[in-house]
Amino acid sequence: MNGPHDMGGMQCYGPVEPEENEPVFHDDWEKRALAMTVGMGFAGKWNLDISRFARESLPYDFYLTKSYYQIWIAGLQKLMLERGMVTANELETGKLEVPGVEVKRVVSAEEMPAALAAGAPVSRDAMLEPGFSIGERVRALNINPKGHTRLPRYVRGKVGEIVGVHGCHVFPDSNSKGEGENPEWLYSVSFDAQELFGMETEEGNTVMVDCWGSYLEHA
Amino acid sequence: MSDSKPNSHNHDGHSHDHHHDHSHWSDMDLKVKTLESLLVEKGYVDPAALDVIVETYETKVGPRNGAAVVAKAWSDENYLEHLRENATEAIAELGFSGRQGEHMQIVENTADRHNMVVCTLCSCYPWSVLGLPPVWYKSAPYRSRAVIEPRAVLSEFGVKLPQDTKITVWDSTAEMRYLVIPQRPEGTQGWSEIKLAELVTRDSMIGTGLALSPDEISS
Repeated sequence: MNGPHDMGGMQCYGPVEPEENEPVFHDDWEKRALAMTVGMGFAGKWNLDISRFARESLPYDFYLTKSYYQIWIAGLQKLMLERGMVTANELETGKLEVPGVEVKRVVSAEEMPAALAAGAPVSRDAMLEPGFSIGERVRALNINPKGHTRLPRYVRGKVGEIVGVHGCHVFPDSNSKGEGENPEWLYSVSFDAQELFGMETEEGNTVMVDCWGSYLEHA
Repeated sequence: MSDSKPNSHNHDGHSHDHHHDHSHWSDMDLKVKTLESLLVEKGYVDPAALDVIVETYETKVGPRNGAAVVAKAWSDENYLEHLRENATEAIAELGFSGRQGEHMQIVENTADRHNMVVCTLCSCYPWSVLGLPPVWYKSAPYRSRAVIEPRAVLSEFGVKLPQDTKITVWDSTAEMRYLVIPQRPEGTQGWSEIKLAELVTRDSMIGTGLALSPDEISS
């Protein structure tokens, strides 16, 4: 979806404002927001790509004006509401109205360090040979899907060069719809900054974008 | 600074003198507490396990991990070679693995080429080596401008590269996570890895900073 999250190349947001000695969290609720978002991932009711799409498809003005952990909380509530795991009334009042649904896994405190350290790799065994090879010129497709995609707008239609082959990774565009992992070869594509942003941009800079095979065509 | 600015600042103002309406912050506190009590009552999460998640990212997983990797890369040619070939494995050798670090790649700065990492689409960041991302990394100004005017963004961090040092920006659009290996500062011959690690800042591993010089830590 061409949404507010796809920010690459926008010029309207002002300067970057790094905070000196920034704490990991700015308030206690942020700690719980992080922990709940990570913790609920283990419930197995959605995957990484579904949760990313839940956040990026929040109302555009909400996405653009709220802090990141506010977006995470809103995304989590949305995912749970969609799946009947909570009701809107429960979120409002905090009073339990319906019992919880069955979840895949509830990680205990004892199990959590190992669960975090294990992570969740998205690499999968290759079923096919890669369609592109290092050094090859490719064009990013001009696609505008209504669902989730990880091909940013600023590279669509642009020509770059394959500089890395990362193996087969879960394909977000289908995984985000619950339509399966459909792993595809993932490539590191180097784009010349002037190809992306025109001749006024500084010469010699490059932007590397990780692209799945079905985002690309031979150029 | 106004609240309407796209998640560009630390947002709570606790450590800042921004005039800021804090009422929405206590609203968040209530909203998050309500949500957590529901998740616990419904049996979706173990609150003690959530405490472990917070503790992990507040005290255990942070940029000192990455600094140890960089210091070893500077000191040990064999280790650097291992990082180039299989960064995920080489980093795990030092005990750093897990969420948002499942697929690691290093990118090495040289006199000719400076690397900088962004996620234009959300907030992808190598948690296993750097911890949770700072607010600016997740903010609209950084996410939008890093790809189109990296040199101007660097200047907002006080980094001024020679004009003939060209910039490569890595947009983390997939699950590959990038760790910048900054240039080793002059005057550090014979330094131990522990001492070298003191020169390695978080920002130098994102590419929005340089490693500190020996003078900067002695003062």
